[in-house]
Amino acid sequence: MTSLWARIEPLLARVQKPARYIGCEDGAVTPRHAPDRVSWLLAYPDTYEIGLPNQGLQILYEILNERDDAVAERTYAPWHDLEALMRRHGVPLFSVDTHLAAGDFDLLAFNLSAELVYTNVLNMVDLAGVPVRSAHREPHHPLVVLGGHCAFNPEPLADFVDLVVLGEGEEVIGEITEVVRDWKASGRTPGSREGVLRELSKVPGVYVPAMYEVEYDGPQLRAVTPRYSDVPATVHKRTVADLADWPYPKHPLAPLTEVVHDRLAVEVFRGCTRGCRFCQAGMITRPVRERPAEQVRTMIANGLRSTGQSEVSLTSLSTADYSGIEQVLQSVNSAECGTNGAVSVSLPSLRVDAFTVGLASQVSGGRRSGLTFAPEAGSWRLRSVINKLITEDDLYSAVESGFSQGWNRMKLYFLTGLPTEQDADTYGIVDLARNCVQIGRRHTNRASVTVSLGGFVPKPHTPFQWFGQNTTDELRRKVQLVRDAAERTRGVKVKWHDPKATAAEGIAARGDRRIGNVMERVWRDGGVFQEWSEFFRLSRWEEAMAAEGLSIEWYVNRHRDEDEVLPWDHLSAGLHKDFLWLDWQAALAEHGLEDCRWTPCYDCGVCTGYGIEHVVASPVPPAGGSQGTGQDLARGGEVPVQLLTRPRRDEPVGAEVSV
Amino acid sequence: MKLRVRYSKLGKIRFTSHGDTARHWERAVRKVGVSMAYSAGFTPRPKMSFGLGLPTGGESLAEYLDMELAEAQHADLDELCTRFASGMPAGYEVTNVVLREPGCPSLQEDVVACSWDFALVGPDRDEAAAAVASVLSQSSLLVERERKGQRSVDDVRAAIEALSVTSVADDPRPHLCAVLAMNGRGLRPTELVGALFPALDPIDVTGRVLRTHQWIERDAVRREIIPARAVATRTPVGCA
Repeated sequence: MTSLWARIEPLLARVQKPARYIGCEDGAVTPRHAPDRVSWLLAYPDTYEIGLPNQGLQILYEILNERDDAVAERTYAPWHDLEALMRRHGVPLFSVDTHLAAGDFDLLAFNLSAELVYTNVLNMVDLAGVPVRSAHREPHHPLVVLGGHCAFNPEPLADFVDLVVLGEGEEVIGEITEVVRDWKASGRTPGSREGVLRELSKVPGVYVPAMYEVEYDGPQLRAVTPRYSDVPATVHKRTVADLADWPYPKHPLAPLTEVVHDRLAVEVFRGCTRGCRFCQAGMITRPVRERPAEQVRTMIANGLRSTGQSEVSLTSLSTADYSGIEQVLQSVNSAECGTNGAVSVSLPSLRVDAFTVGLASQVSGGRRSGLTFAPEAGSWRLRSVINKLITEDDLYSAVESGFSQGWNRMKLYFLTGLPTEQDADTYGIVDLARNCVQIGRRHTNRASVTVSLGGFVPKPHTPFQWFGQNTTDELRRKVQLVRDAAERTRGVKVKWHDPKATAAEGIAARGDRRIGNVMERVWRDGGVFQEWSEFFRLSRWEEAMAAEGLSIEWYVNRHRDEDEVLPWDHLSAGLHKDFLWLDWQAALAEHGLEDCRWTPCYDCGVCTGYGIEHVVASPVPPAGGSQGTGQDLARGGEVPVQLLTRPRRDEPVGAEVSV
Repeated sequence: MKLRVRYSKLGKIRFTSHGDTARHWERAVRKVGVSMAYSAGFTPRPKMSFGLGLPTGGESLAEYLDMELAEAQHADLDELCTRFASGMPAGYEVTNVVLREPGCPSLQEDVVACSWDFALVGPDRDEAAAAVASVLSQSSLLVERERKGQRSVDDVRAAIEALSVTSVADDPRPHLCAVLAMNGRGLRPTELVGALFPALDPIDVTGRVLRTHQWIERDAVRREIIPARAVATRTPVGCA
């Protein structure tokens, strides 16, 4: 393996933001390549600015480099300007750490977090000089791996990847490394690729698409079955039981150039049981596993010291639900972290309530840049359908609290195209926004509310996986309803996601293997960086679908039946299909479902199936955390069930809410 | 305590921008636990002031910044030099830290000229010498520029104080040694190379751009802002 730097360097004088391609970040490892080490190239199929902050990639990078039998480097999608130069000068995809050719690594592993980057995966594999179709690869080619949330329906990419990892990677990457190490030691002889893939298919959490036969019955999928008896019929996701065992990243990467989230990120918990029915992340990452507050504090202190960052983000799917939140916030700016008050904290993914605003106020110092809430739907009825059980009072008290504490701008996230949505629900979005502005006007004349509107894409492994996505025209009409209504409303601005992009996301999200040819056509037609609006054209996708004789209506807009075989039925996030179906029926009946962290188990299948449990430091829900629990928790509340708790603190959380 | 710091920027890190370098310094100072003075106001910023911008892709042996530490901070300047260096990413070296003279002008105002060393790719030594002689013999040198959509033609001849061809140990490429004045909009390294070799693409021709000195004048005597005290990583330089 030799460095390509001398050939890359002259190209960098001609591209935008060359710092994307040089590595050298604080926290980067000096990789120790050796013939007996398995080399991983961890790839993020989007630009460096978007990919560098990705926590999953940083965690695996560090864990692999700590092993004696592995080494890991990183790569990101080169921007158009550099890609054109690379292709012209015959420079292949390279690692940013030591600028080695991607094709020289043993594994090329992609982290997939959004559907519109799928074509970038094909492009990067091709740029690596590796055949894009797995069937055409030889033993000397890297194994192409997929992981991340989109791996829970990898079928549209099944023809292009060798293996897929379901769930959390901390443990399974070691097991994969060991299989590949033995294969490497055996000399990767001709014909041995099939053998190593078969071995890998036996590793729990690893799905090897080529080991499965797919049968169709007309347009319908009939079955996806293993070709061999030792290949599992269903692949189950991997979950680490206790985050306390995995205090990674220990040496977070500090980027040398501007990136999207240029701050220290510390993950406070994984999983979410609020049960929002549209939310794939909440469904596939169960159960809730909190990181001990003590460890969070250590990670913050060490991370700030090693990166010099001045901002820390406490990440999770709903950070206000973290039992140790107040404890951690109090310590961030104490001497313990050595920061003397100069560190600001950002809390992404906050609940909609006054307690949360209190937290935001506590951490933002004097800054009042903007508050963001996600009510997701415009009426209580529709919020019951999607199980986002925020009352109007929750929202208004949060907004009141925000404006009274000095914020002028609020941003409200909504989805449109949700199941059972009527125009009254859509108009309700503007009604809510208008009422929020009116509340704000009591405090400031500058009060404004921005409505951010996204088209809903039903996702696999959620109760809405059977729902037919709204057509592009219907989404456009609904966006227009909101825009028209907002135009007549002072102080309300609307931003929206392009409904055409939503359609393409729909094709990829619930596609089966036949969509693979569509992906290849879109890519060959130049359709990369599809999540960048300047490069997205729906017509490219429509033409590719038509050329393959596939119907967008059938794949995207059609409601599915209970007995339909879904393309991801052989892949399991632990959720029972009948639980999801019952929850879908409950949604249609407008019944909410409580958060099982603090209420009895309703047997979604994850904890019972995998022998794991919620790891929550406090058996008492956080103050103000009524959403989804169906309880009056204004004062902390009572919990009827016994949880597996970590006896790390004496007193339960549940501070008084002061508004 | 007000400090003036000199540092070098060499190697891969040169592909970061001047703005990136400012962030690298802010983070380095926090990493090594030196308390900065902060500006007052809504969003307090550490008091740091950077000198002339270095083009992205350019290297330098002579970069400077001014900074102010928090009050009542006892600091040994040698020790600060070492500490700052330990906090900066690979590719930077901190070569001197001194107390800033009271009342001295800002770096941006003070610098009258910079010396540069360019490695040339393509032209041989004779071609380079001929191009240099040709430019020096002219009384004006027009460069067409575009800035914020406005095209303009400027005479930049006066910005070239000195220009010669030289060579560097172990490097077969001819090098240019240029002293460029900082008056007006100045002259960017690639603009100079473009003017020397109008038939060639200046990006292809400019193999390496290295700022070697920044000059100020005191009592009509030209000198460096502060000398490099610690020895920078030896990088072969054609110009003394």
